[in-house]
Amino acid sequence: MTVSSGPSPAAPPFAEAAPTGPRPAPPGLERPVHLGSRPRNPLLSLAVRVSIPLLLVGLWWWGSIAGFVDPRILSSPPAVLTALRELIATGQLAEFLAASFGRAALGVTVGVGAGLLLGIMSGLTALGEELVDPSMQIVRAVPFLALVPLFISWFGVDETFKVVLIAVAAVAPMYAYTYVGVRGVDRKVLEAARGFGLRGARLALGVIIPSALPSILMALRICMTISLTGLIAAEQIGTTAGIGYLVTLAQQYFRTDYMVLCIVLYAVIGLLIDAAIRLLERVLMPWRAHVAAR
Amino acid sequence: MATRPGTDLAVRVRGLRKSYGAATVLDGVDLDIRRGEFFVLLGPSGTGKTTLLRTLAGLEAPDGGEVLVPARRTTVYQEPRLVQARRVLSNVTIGQPRGAATRAAGARALAEVGLADKVRAWPATLSGGEAQRAALARALVRDPELLLLDEPFAALDALTRLHMQDLVADLCARHRPAVLLVTHDVDEAVRLADRVAVLRRGRFSVDRRIVLDHPRDRNNPAVLDYRRDFLGELGVSSTR
Repeated sequence: MTVSSGPSPAAPPFAEAAPTGPRPAPPGLERPVHLGSRPRNPLLSLAVRVSIPLLLVGLWWWGSIAGFVDPRILSSPPAVLTALRELIATGQLAEFLAASFGRAALGVTVGVGAGLLLGIMSGLTALGEELVDPSMQIVRAVPFLALVPLFISWFGVDETFKVVLIAVAAVAPMYAYTYVGVRGVDRKVLEAARGFGLRGARLALGVIIPSALPSILMALRICMTISLTGLIAAEQIGTTAGIGYLVTLAQQYFRTDYMVLCIVLYAVIGLLIDAAIRLLERVLMPWRAHVAAR
Repeated sequence: MATRPGTDLAVRVRGLRKSYGAATVLDGVDLDIRRGEFFVLLGPSGTGKTTLLRTLAGLEAPDGGEVLVPARRTTVYQEPRLVQARRVLSNVTIGQPRGAATRAAGARALAEVGLADKVRAWPATLSGGEAQRAALARALVRDPELLLLDEPFAALDALTRLHMQDLVADLCARHRPAVLLVTHDVDEAVRLADRVAVLRRGRFSVDRRIVLDHPRDRNNPAVLDYRRDFLGELGVSSTR
């Protein structure tokens, strides 16, 4: 508060106050403190966003060069860059990324499709909820990594196993978020849409899924992240390509430069996924351009 | 306190300007509201009534001009805006220092608005009118010098609205805060106001005192005259 309240002998009557500058308020009155949000400078906002990651990388770099960090514990940024160049030069980076992306895309598509369908069924009708929800809660409760040995004995160690594992990993969050999203659709809007004759697929595609999109896209983001976890488990065996395989290799040969490189790759992939989903949010939800999910 | 010029004012606005993009909503508004005065801002939506109220509440930052308000000011919105996770009494005393005195004051305020038996209730169990009365109690418990009412009756049914208008008139007569009521209901304005103003193109096109005793009978010819005048100002013809 810039203004003193209460009678003060120094405060002139406002009728005679100086015409320029913030004048003292008459006794008992004050300027309201602004409670709302102010527009932020986008450049400043961006600078604040990147400042802490950049600071951490800077510390890492400086610590490596100054000799505070043992390269056996944490490789220096130049060593990691060298490892990256090696991987690019041998063509393995592209190969690994393509292999992992193919598995993840197939697994996530199957898992997301199933989760979406089950979530809508369960969210929409009482019967669907009774039929689907208990089983899905059980699936959700089981950590999908616990299924690895069983899946290997069922599907072998080939591609099927990897895709199924990722699909199972993705189905649970997709189901849960879709269910919540569908339950959150305005019942009155739904009632009106039914009144106008919308049924079945047209109701689902035209009203329910668009209204539940914020939750569904949030689920998609989580499914992508979880598929990266699934890749590490799936690519430990039965393959010689993939970023999960790279993690395994780095561990076996105790190459900290490759370990760190894997982490950097995961971080970059994570950022790319995030950017892709943000773009998808813009395209699919033009009515809420300003409120991207975080 | 000495009767200095201005000390009897609760609101002093000079040259207030506010625009959203190309649309200028407030274009140099001057406004004085005396302490204890019931000021009604009348007009259709989109004329800047709510923007003016929100500026006084500190919810909008003015683009220019001076805004002065008293230290104790509270707002009742069109919706009750109660925290669903807190009981009614806790909603009323929200942001106040904890303690028996605060709880007693909250319960008194709830009794004043006729919700003495809803102290322990959850907001979701209240009817629309009850929730709005709880919001009114939440404003009153702060003993406001300035009470900002942003279409507080607009979402209520017609009968509840009339009851609420009487309640607000009664409470304001007892506590004497300065009031800024924003409404698009001409009857409501004539019924409650000491003074009625209409915003048009960012400025007051009408600022008129209503000199009638309370309670005001809606069929009183003087009331009907005011009503017709304001409706005419808003571009609606009325036949008596």
